[in-house]
This record gives sequence, C-alpha cells and structure tokens, in this order.
Amino acid sequence: MKRVFIANRGEIALRIVHACRELGLECVVGASEVDLDGAAAHAADWVVCIGPGPAGRSYLRPEVIVHAATSTDCDAIHPGYGFLAENPRLAALAHGEGITFVGPPPEVMALAGDKLAAREQAEQAGVPILPGAEAGDAQQAAALAEEIGYPVLLKAAGGGGGRGIKLAHSQEELRSQLGIARSEAGASFGDERVYVERFIATARHVEVQVAADATGATVHLGERDCSVQRRYQKVIEEAPAPTLSDDTRAALHKAGVTFAKAIGYRNLGTVEFLVDAATEEFYFLEINCRIQVEHPVTEAVTGRDLVALQLKIADGEELGFTQDDVSLTGHAIECRLNAEDVAHGFRPTPGTLSEFSIPELPGLRVDTHCQAGAVVPPFYDSLLAKLIAHAEDRDPARELLLEALGDVDVDGVETNRALLVSVLGHSDFAAARTTTDWLERALA
Amino acid sequence: MALSDDDVRELLRIIDESDLAELRIETSDFSLHVRKGEAGGDAASSPTRASTGGEEVASPPAGDRTEQEEVAPQNGLVTITAPMLGTFYRAEGPGQDPFVEPGSKVEPDTTVCIIEVMKMMNSVPAGISGTVVDVCQQNAELVEYGDPLFRVQPE
Repeated sequence: MKRVFIANRGEIALRIVHACRELGLECVVGASEVDLDGAAAHAADWVVCIGPGPAGRSYLRPEVIVHAATSTDCDAIHPGYGFLAENPRLAALAHGEGITFVGPPPEVMALAGDKLAAREQAEQAGVPILPGAEAGDAQQAAALAEEIGYPVLLKAAGGGGGRGIKLAHSQEELRSQLGIARSEAGASFGDERVYVERFIATARHVEVQVAADATGATVHLGERDCSVQRRYQKVIEEAPAPTLSDDTRAALHKAGVTFAKAIGYRNLGTVEFLVDAATEEFYFLEINCRIQVEHPVTEAVTGRDLVALQLKIADGEELGFTQDDVSLTGHAIECRLNAEDVAHGFRPTPGTLSEFSIPELPGLRVDTHCQAGAVVPPFYDSLLAKLIAHAEDRDPARELLLEALGDVDVDGVETNRALLVSVLGHSDFAAARTTTDWLERALA
Repeated sequence: MALSDDDVRELLRIIDESDLAELRIETSDFSLHVRKGEAGGDAASSPTRASTGGEEVASPPAGDRTEQEEVAPQNGLVTITAPMLGTFYRAEGPGQDPFVEPGSKVEPDTTVCIIEVMKMMNSVPAGISGTVVDVCQQNAELVEYGDPLFRVQPE
C-alpha cells in the first residue's frame, strides 16, 4: 500500500490523513465542491473534486469514488464512517479494480448490513439476541408483539446505526406504524423488511471493539459505553463502561470476539450490545463494519492507533499483538460538539464560524476539522469537534472535559455546548446512572 | 400534516438521491416544490471553482487553487464545466471525429463530450447556444467536478 484515497470529509478525513502520515503513506482526499477548502483537503497530499455539495452527487457515489481513486493511482480506499463506509458495492467495485478496501470483505459487509441475518448468525454462534422476528403482515406482527410484550421496537432490516427504528406501545400503534416503517425502510435502505424486537426501557448501550487480521486472529480492545443518546444517536461515549461487573464485562468481550469469528470478520469492527441496567443481561444489536466516531476513547485507554491498525490489516499485516498484550489505562470520555440548536428540536445550524477555539489541556484530545472562518455546510452531519478527556479515573476525566467545554469559544453558529456541560455535570452522569432513555427523559 | 425541519431534510435527501429532476407536492396545508440542478443547466452558470485537474493532480491543493482561472464569463465567453468527475472523451470512440472543435456551433442540447465513470459513458450537453472557442482539457484525462471543459462565445 502506497497511496490511500480518503472517501470522506470533516474530522474523520483529517484523522485518516494523520494515520497515513504516521505510516508513511501518501493520501488523496476526494472532496465535494464545498469541502475543497476544508482542513482535510489542505492536509492531504492531493485533493480531487468528486462532485457538488449534496452527498447524493458526491460522497454517496461509489462509481465516482472508485474512478477517482484509480485515476489518481491510489491502491487503497478508506471510507471513514457514514456515507459509503458500510456499502458493500463500494468495497466490491474497489476489489474489481484491484484496489484495497479498508474494511471487511464485501460479503461480510452485506451480512452485517442485513440486521435480520446478523441476528440469526448471532443466535447460531450462541450470542444472546433480543426476542423478535421479521414482522410479516400486520396480523403476524401483532401476534409477535403480543408474545414479546409491549412496548416493542420496529426496526428496518436494512437500517442500523440507530436509523429506521420505531417504538410501539400498543397494538394500535404497531398497526399504524408498520406501514410507515415499511415504506420508510424501502425508501431509505432499499429494503422493506421490518422486524419486531423487544424494547428494554432501562438499558445501557455497550459496544465491543474487535480487530481481526487476514489470518483470522481476532482480539477485542475493550468496550465503550454510549448510553447517553438522543433518538438513538450517541452524544457522549466512554471507555471502559462504568458499573459493569467483571463477569459481565468479560462475557461481553467474549461474545464480541465469538460473533466476529463466526462471521469471518476482518479488520476493525464494533459489536454492539444492549445491557439490561437492572440485571446486566445483554443482547446482541448489530456489528458495525467501520471505524466508529467514538474510536478515540478506545485509543486513549489502549494506547493504540486504531486507524493505522485498519490500514495495516488492510495491507495484509498481521495484528502483531495478542489479547494478553491489550491492557487498559485510565478512563476516557468523549463528547460530540455539534452545530445544532438544542432549543429548537436539535435543528442543524449551518453557517460560518466567526470564532472557533478549544483550549489545549493536558489529557485532552481534540479531533476537529474546524477553525475560525470555516463554513459549516448544510449538506452533512453537524459534528464540529470531538473532545476526548483521558485521566487516571472516570471522575477526573469528566472534570477535565467540563473544564475544556467551559473554555470552548464558538461563535457564528449555535452549538450543543451547554447541553454537553449539563449532562457531564449532572449527578446521574457523575454516578454513572445514565441509561439509553435518560437524555430524552431529561430533555422532556 | 405538519412537516418538521427533519422531515424536509429527509425529503430533500431522498429526492437528491433519486433520479427525479423535479418534484411538486401539494396538500391543503402545504406545498413543496423542488427542482434539481442538471448538468446542462449548471454548465452555463456554474460559479468559480478551484481544483486540481488531470496531470496537475500531483501539485499541492493550495497552489492549484490560487492559480485557478476564473470560470465566470471572460471577454463574454462562457465556460462549460464538468458536471461530474470522470475521464474526459472528446469523441464517441477512438479514431472518431471529436463532438466539437473550436469554431463548432452548439445548441443547448448539443453533445460536446463524454465523461466516463467506471465504464459508464455520460454525454455532456453544451447547455448554451454559441460557438466553441477553446477546448480546455486533453482527451482521455481525468476531469474533476467543475473543471472547465470548453469556452463558448454565446449567441
């Protein structure tokens, strides 16, 4: 591997540029027209304009990405997260052109993308899943929900990442939501299948980071807790997960590795679980075939560069370490500073950043593509920066993050800074009592 | 039926990713009319864009950007820009005559070149009436979105 095509934007594109530098690889950033002046485009060795601002005509075009990669003599494509990161077609097209796709093989991505098939695989591998099944027609769905017990979740088989999920408290709600869920699933994911799954009201979202090389050697790099969510989108993440018993933690790690091995997983992936806060029983949710937004908390506690590890595995290198070599130091918490108006339904707030400064503090890492004068375009997600605090323990990490947020100075666009401060400063978060329903209850 | 900001964004995303050029929804409570910019339509009015292009891809981005020519009308000329990234072909096949040469008269729907993306041949219409003055790119080279392709003296 000599030259990597980065098919993404924002902070993750910049993060991948840095990993390429670390490994002595050249990199080309494929940027949309509005991102040509962005930090990643400036930091890369080369930049090519892959299309106009709307992602449907730039970042979401597999053919354009692969054509751009071959034309600029790249021998690998790193897709980052979001956009086409979990699109088997991009991986297959790249392979067809002799280009290495930094991620698992296309067939594994296809399996992981089919949430129903992934559930089946988990069950076969002995990894616990939530009671549920494909919805079928309204009558079958109602019978299924009756058996599981309300409330139930309606999930799109082609969804994932918190998209395509609906909650039904009663048979009436289930009946009225099923048709909408189906047509939305068809329109958003090209797959109308919907499944019914048990809903756990007070649960923690815990995910296990796994890594597998071409020989099949598979390890875990600990877990992350991402329970502070709004509409199934993560707001604050941390590693290790607080309050878990050692037995549950070990069982989760084992389940993550078992599942990854069962589906022939390669490269870095994240196996997501829902942990019942009351009983610590856990259930498989899905596997994500990409680098996660929240990967820096794992990097902080393991001391390993996960993006570099992705590139090395994709290049055919072996892991170079065993499970016993993985040790965790301290505690890390990440928060996502977004351009959004919390008071108005978390509406994105694109615009020009007249001020943008985040303090430099010992133990604080900042991943951002923003600076004063930069434009936040209206076409993409609203992430401005990730602040990651690493300290010897959870509480000092939390305080460090609060200190940093107190000195964050962003002007020109509305941000969620105040919300992050109030969550991190809340007694429930301090006591690690936050479950996946907590933030929405707190906001109500 | 009330539409939230999220609903509108989702609608725009779906429309953007679809092949629809135009969509009009009207109910008693609201109306929504969306029209997508099309290749030909963009071409004549596309704003200035900086980029690397073809061979120049090996020079640093910042340098390219400052040296980039204006795509806006110069001496009354209008620039037809690349509606997508791909390989630029001046003719339908090897050994065939170019679609247009300097001096060729074009109408808005006259095909001026082909941009190939992963073996898919995309015809590019002129989008304007006039006379071709200049061909800005070499045959069979990579062009990026927004790169100047032709300069046209409009009628």
